[in-house]
Amino acid sequence: MNAIASDALRPELPLAVSEAGPAPKRIVVTYGFWVFILSDIVMFAALFATYAVLVHATAGGAAGSQLFNQVSVAVETGCLLLSSYTCGLMSLAINAKRHVATYAAAIATFVLGAAFLGLEIHEFADMIARGATPQSSAFLSAFFTLVGCHGLHVTVGLIWLAVMMAQVAAHDFTAAVTRRLLCFALFWHALDIIWICLFTFVYLMGVRP
Amino acid sequence: MNLLGKLDWSAIPFDQPIIMGASGGMILGIGAVLSWVLLKGYVPYLWREWITSVDHKRIGVMYIVLALLMLLRGFSDAIMMRTQQAVAAGGAQGYLPPEHYDQIFTAHGTIMIFFVAMPLVIGMMNFAVPLQLGVRDVAFPTLNSVSFWLTASAVLLINVSLVVGEFARTGWMAYPPLSELQFSPGVGVDYYLWSLQISGVGTLLTGINFVTTILKLRAPGMSLMRMPVFCWTALASSLMIVAVFPVLTATFAMLLLDRYLGFHFFSLDAGGNPMMYVNLFWIWGHPEVYILVLPAFGIFSEVSATFSGKPLFGYRSMVAATMAICILSMLVWLHHFFTMGASANVNAFFGVMSMLIGLPTGVKIFNWVFTMYGGRVRFTVPVLWLIGFMVTFVLGGLTGVLLAVPPVDWQVHNSMFLIAHFHHVIIPGVLFGLFAGYTYWFPKAFGFALDERWGKAAFWCWFIGFHLAFMPLYVVGLMGMTRRMQHYDNLAWQPWLLVAGAGAVIILAGIVCQAVQLVVSIRTRDRRRVTGDPWNGRTLEWSTASPPPAWNFAVLPHVSDKDAFWSTKQHAPAARLQPAQARAYKPIEMPSNSPIGFVNAFFAVIFGFALIWHIWWLAVVGALGGFVSILAFAFRRTDEIEIPPEQIAQFDRAHPTEFAA
Repeated sequence: MNAIASDALRPELPLAVSEAGPAPKRIVVTYGFWVFILSDIVMFAALFATYAVLVHATAGGAAGSQLFNQVSVAVETGCLLLSSYTCGLMSLAINAKRHVATYAAAIATFVLGAAFLGLEIHEFADMIARGATPQSSAFLSAFFTLVGCHGLHVTVGLIWLAVMMAQVAAHDFTAAVTRRLLCFALFWHALDIIWICLFTFVYLMGVRP
Repeated sequence: MNLLGKLDWSAIPFDQPIIMGASGGMILGIGAVLSWVLLKGYVPYLWREWITSVDHKRIGVMYIVLALLMLLRGFSDAIMMRTQQAVAAGGAQGYLPPEHYDQIFTAHGTIMIFFVAMPLVIGMMNFAVPLQLGVRDVAFPTLNSVSFWLTASAVLLINVSLVVGEFARTGWMAYPPLSELQFSPGVGVDYYLWSLQISGVGTLLTGINFVTTILKLRAPGMSLMRMPVFCWTALASSLMIVAVFPVLTATFAMLLLDRYLGFHFFSLDAGGNPMMYVNLFWIWGHPEVYILVLPAFGIFSEVSATFSGKPLFGYRSMVAATMAICILSMLVWLHHFFTMGASANVNAFFGVMSMLIGLPTGVKIFNWVFTMYGGRVRFTVPVLWLIGFMVTFVLGGLTGVLLAVPPVDWQVHNSMFLIAHFHHVIIPGVLFGLFAGYTYWFPKAFGFALDERWGKAAFWCWFIGFHLAFMPLYVVGLMGMTRRMQHYDNLAWQPWLLVAGAGAVIILAGIVCQAVQLVVSIRTRDRRRVTGDPWNGRTLEWSTASPPPAWNFAVLPHVSDKDAFWSTKQHAPAARLQPAQARAYKPIEMPSNSPIGFVNAFFAVIFGFALIWHIWWLAVVGALGGFVSILAFAFRRTDEIEIPPEQIAQFDRAHPTEFAA
C-alpha cells in the first residue's frame, strides 16, 4: 500500500522526535506492519487460550502424548528456524542490492518453508488416517485450528515470497519493493516466534504423560 | 452436485408480506437512486471523485452516509419491536410472528453496533484526525479505501439477507449452542458470521492505519501532549481495535469451523465448551463499547472547548482518563455474564474493575463541566447535544454501577433493566456525540452550515423521545420482564410499553427533523456559506479552507502549543487576511486514486455470498478474483501524482483563509 510521503526533515526543526513532523515513508510502512503483526499475534493468543481450555477435552479419544511425533516436529522446527536464517541472509543481500544472492537466499527460504509445510501436512494426514480427525474431539478441533492457522500463515508467506521475487525481477530494488521485502522479513520472523510458542505449549508440554 | 448450493426459490419469503414489502421498498429505492445517477450521467463523476477516491475526507463522508442510511434500517427494526411489544400483551400475538421478531432484534443489534455506530465513529476519525494533526492524509490512504469498501460489502450482504434467505434469530451475540448448526440450520447465522468477518477485516485495517497515522504522522511541533483530545481518543479507540478485533475474528472463525466442518469448539458434545464463546465474544465486546464511546467523548471535548471559548479544562487528566479507560476496558468483560457460575472471587474482581471505570469517566464529566464553567457558552446545536449527553449519561452510568454489583446483576440479568441501561449509555454517549460531531464538522466538510432550527428540533425530539422510550424499560425490567419477548401475559407491563412505544415515535420525529434539516440546508446552501473557521475554532482543521483541498494544507503548519490554531490566532493577529501569494509553494505528492478497494469489495461480496449458500465454485471465483486484483495492484508502476505549485497557489487565492473575529 502506498503511504503519505513526508516533507523532508529540516535540521532547524525542534530536536524532540515527537515534534519532528511526519516520519519518512520507510518508517511509516514498517511501523504499520509491526502493528499488523501485533494484531496477528493477538489472534493467535485467542487460539492459544482456546487450546489451553480444550486441551483435556479429548472426549475419550487420543491425547497429544499418543499422537505427536517428536522427531517429525523437531525436523519441522529445524526447517523453519533455518529458513529464518536464510531470510536474514536475504535481507543482507537486499541491502547490498545483490540480485543473485537475493534470489539464492529466497529460494533457500522457500524450499525450507515448503519442507516445513510438507512435514506438517504429512503429520496432519497421518493423524487423520489414525482416526484423530478435528471432528473427533474439542481437543483435536483446537489443535488442528491452532497449528493449521500457523501453517496457513506459512503458506501465505510462501506465496508472498514468490510474488516478491517476481517484483524484484520486474521492478528491481525500487523503494517500494524494498519496503515490501522488509515487511516480508518481519512477517517471516514473527511466524518463527509463534512457532516457538506452538512448539513449547503444544508439542513439548503435550507429550508429558 | 448442485451448482447453486443451498440456494433455490424457497430462499425468498414470498409468503411474508412484511418482509416482501420492506424488500420491495428497498429494491425500488436502490433502483430509483441508481437510475437517477445513470440518467443524470453522474457515474463518471462518482467513480472519479468518490468510489476510487483515497482522500481521507471523502472516505470519512462515505462512512457517515453509509452509517446514516443503516441508522434508518436499524431504527425501523427498533420501532417494529416497540410497536409489537406495545400490542402483544395478554392473549394478543401482535403483528410479528416469533421467527420474524427474532430476526428483527438480532438485526437491530448487529446493524446498530457494527453498521451504524462503528462507521459513524470511523467516519468522524477519517474526516477529522488528519486535519487535526495538520497532515495531508492517513498513513495508508489506499488501505483506507479498502477498509471502507469491505465495510460496505458487509452492509450489502446483511441487507441481501432481508430478501434472499433469512437473518440470524440468535440475538446479536449469536451465542452457541443456539447458533450451532444443530439448532440454527438455516443461513441466518452464516449471513451474520460472514458479514461480520468481512467488516471485521476492514475495521482492523482501519485501526492499524490510525495507530500509525497518529503515532507517526503529525505536523512539525505537534508532540503527543499537544494533540487535540479527539486525536487522543481516536488513538485509544484504534489501539483497542488492534487489540480486540483479532479475537472476534478468531472466535467467529471457530464458530464457522463448527458450522461448516463439524468441529467441536462450542458444541454440546465431544468436549466443546459454549461458555468459551461467551468469554471470547465479550473480550472483544466490552472494549468495543469504549471503541465507540471514546471518540464521542473526544468530540464532546472539542465541542465544549470551542463553544465555551476556553481551553479544555484539565487536558492532561483528560488524556490520562482516556488511556486509563483504554486499558481498564479490557479487564471487565466478565460482568456481561456474572451468572455464568464463576466463583464469588472472580465475580467480585470483575465487579470492582467495572466500578473502577466510573472514575476516569467521572473525571471526564467534571472536565467538561469545568470547561463550560465561566465560559461564554454559545448554545449551538452541538452544545445542546453535549448538555443532553451529560445529564443523561450520568444516570445511565449510575445504573451501570448498579449492574456491576454481582448480586444485583443476578436479579436483573437479561431483563429489560439491562436493555434500558445499555441504551441509556450508548444513545447519549455514542449517538449524541456523533450527532454533535456531524453538526460541528459539517461546515468544514461541505462549506455550508446545517440549519440550526431544525437541528434544535431534532435534538429535543431525540432527548424527550429517548427518555420516554427507555425509562419505562427500567420499570418493566424490575417488574421481571426479560428481554427479547415476542409477546407476554402480564398485562401490568403493557402501559409502560405503550409509553415506550410513544417514545420511539418521538425519536422517529427527531430522525425526520434531521432528514428535513439536511434537505433544507442543502437547498439553501448559498446563503449558508461559511469561512474556513465558522465556529472560532481552536484546532488545525479550522485553519484551512471549507471544504479543504485534497492536500489539506498548502504548507504543513508548525505547531508550538496545544490548541494550535487558537494560539496562532492569539499570537499573530497581524497574519490576518494575509494575501496567500506571499508563500513559496512547493509541489505536493499525493496518492493517486485507486479502484482496488471497490474491486476487492466486489469479490468479497461474491466470496461471502457463495460461502453462505455453499456455492463452492463461486467462493473459489471470489477468492481468486480478490487475490488477482490485489496482485495486479501490487505491480502498479506509479501510485502518486504531483500537484503543481500553480494549482495550489490558485486554490489559495480563491479561498483565502481568514480568521474569525
